[in-house]
Amino acid sequence: MKLGALSLDQVRSQLRHASVRLRVGPFAIAVSADDPDFAATLHFLYQDFPLLKDEEPAEFRIRVDYPHGLRRWWRRQVRFFLDDTEPFEPFPSNLAMPFFEWGLNWCIYEHAHEFLIVHAAVVERNGRALVLPAEPGSGKSTLCAALVLEGWRLLSDEFALIAAPDGRVLSIPRPIGLKERSIGIIRALSDTAELGPTFVDTRKGDVAHLRPPGGSVRSASESAMVGWIVFPSYLAGAENRLEPLSKAAGFAKASDDCFNYELLGATGFEFLASVIDNCECFDLTFSNLRAAIDLIDSITAPRSAE
Amino acid sequence: MSARFTPDGVVLLRLLRSPETARELSCREWEDVLWQARVTRLGGRLWHQLRNQALPPAVRRRLSAAFVEGEYERRQMLWEIDRLQAILADFIVLKGGAYAAAGFDLALGRPAGDLDIMVPFEWLGETERKLLERGWEHVIIDEYDQRYYRRWMHELPPLRHRERATDLDLHHAIAPRSSRLRVAMAPIFSAAVPIRSGVRMLSPPDLVLHSAVHLFHDGEVAGSLRDLVDLDWLLRRFDNHEFWHALVPRAIGLGLGRPLYYGLRYARRILATPIPDAVLRASEVMRPPAPVLAFMDFAVPHALIPATSGITRLAARFSWFCLYVRSHWLRMSTLPLLGHLTRKLARRWRSRSAEA
Repeated sequence: MKLGALSLDQVRSQLRHASVRLRVGPFAIAVSADDPDFAATLHFLYQDFPLLKDEEPAEFRIRVDYPHGLRRWWRRQVRFFLDDTEPFEPFPSNLAMPFFEWGLNWCIYEHAHEFLIVHAAVVERNGRALVLPAEPGSGKSTLCAALVLEGWRLLSDEFALIAAPDGRVLSIPRPIGLKERSIGIIRALSDTAELGPTFVDTRKGDVAHLRPPGGSVRSASESAMVGWIVFPSYLAGAENRLEPLSKAAGFAKASDDCFNYELLGATGFEFLASVIDNCECFDLTFSNLRAAIDLIDSITAPRSAE
Repeated sequence: MSARFTPDGVVLLRLLRSPETARELSCREWEDVLWQARVTRLGGRLWHQLRNQALPPAVRRRLSAAFVEGEYERRQMLWEIDRLQAILADFIVLKGGAYAAAGFDLALGRPAGDLDIMVPFEWLGETERKLLERGWEHVIIDEYDQRYYRRWMHELPPLRHRERATDLDLHHAIAPRSSRLRVAMAPIFSAAVPIRSGVRMLSPPDLVLHSAVHLFHDGEVAGSLRDLVDLDWLLRRFDNHEFWHALVPRAIGLGLGRPLYYGLRYARRILATPIPDAVLRASEVMRPPAPVLAFMDFAVPHALIPATSGITRLAARFSWFCLYVRSHWLRMSTLPLLGHLTRKLARRWRSRSAEA
């Protein structure tokens, strides 16, 4: 059963009195919260995500909560808990959803060392995955959202999870977090883009989330063979360029973009090498989103038999 | 749940005591295990004990990941010991470092923490100089704190490596100089056993005694369930006639009867460590006065074990506070303690008024 099969009232009540238990990619999470707006946004963005089976343990029990005392009413804040530990300072109360998304990211990169975790967006077409590893501000999420609206399957906006030395990445198709100008760009790109509410003045500026397409969420249990790694970097006014990288250079850059490459030791090396062995690597510099997509198409379009 | 402690009421302890009970756990209990393993950092240890059983997928993932993280820290620690071998001619490696270097399976997946090594008091100056020459630096710059360590503690102020950022504590004794325990160190150094060239560890009885001193006399006890698990493992590992025969006399000879008494008592109560009756009977001479023991029986479990309800949380806080006060009391005799606390208080007050 999917979250969307519950009514908003049911979701609100479960969040408040117990928890909403979801499968998010490979992870099982339980969320509770007492903010009705948070419930509505969760219900919208995560509508296609499956609920956990009865008696299936969750690995991250997350609570997004108002503090007791003064801050519950005056300059209201919201807090994030993993069980009873609070890894962050509170946020202003209207930012419960971005806080939840960042907190869940933290849970994953801080704990999920059963995977090699690359900080990257991942999309897939015709059975081959395109991995876009990057620092914040590189245009990774914008590019990822645009590709998804072009029909690519979303595997992840944030993490490429590698579970074995088989050249494949897992899928964790969570909402795509868009910041600042990207929100307008993506809205202009497609009438079908389903965005959640815009949160103003977060630490990272304005933030809105693109709802992951139902198809991507339904096939979240299918991993994909990596075909290409493209390192994007957005540079205003730059010429749009796509340049091939040697495997060695691609390996070095990708290992820099991992959260836990060193921590995994030899395993990390093997997992990443299996990906690099089987894919092509490129550097992408872009100032125009359309041109960037065309460049990506030029390397990823299925080649007709000659 | 009442404030009265029963080890079977804490699902993490139940699993540590009898891993085969994993089959019977409910969904909610597994979630509590994951939480308790996270806060006590015992996930890697649990994985080592449970990996061959049928576990829910989320549990497999979290525990195996904790193991991977512990292994990373173990590798780092072994590397640091290797680097120290190149700098120092002869040193003793303590606690986690010793378990790793000796190849104990206790060290598998165990988050290592700081590296602790020990050399005789007379070698301190020379050893410190060599370390400072080879990339280690003082973390504490404050002059009073530096003097405090050198005057009262059983270790120099902590060092950190300039490039690798690993922390190193250089000890010369197993209990603070100012402590109410007066430990003769010469027999401990001479009993130490070689692990590899230039690296030694404490003899089996001394490993156990140091583990108990560290847990009950060197800190606040709070949150140290991991230390009790170490102690439990050591006692099971050295379970032979010669070891048990030597343990109590050694403790009494070194003046470490009290920490050993606590160690045996709470390892047995909390982790069901098997201890021969003869040893328990012999250890009775080290028993503290009844009111002290009553307090410890209440406070130790509450301080060690993650609280699951409001009442136990309150009991845990109270226990932490009392054990914190106790740790200072044990560490220093009365006059220096008063001086130290006055100093700390004055400093806190000054920094407050500076902020205001």
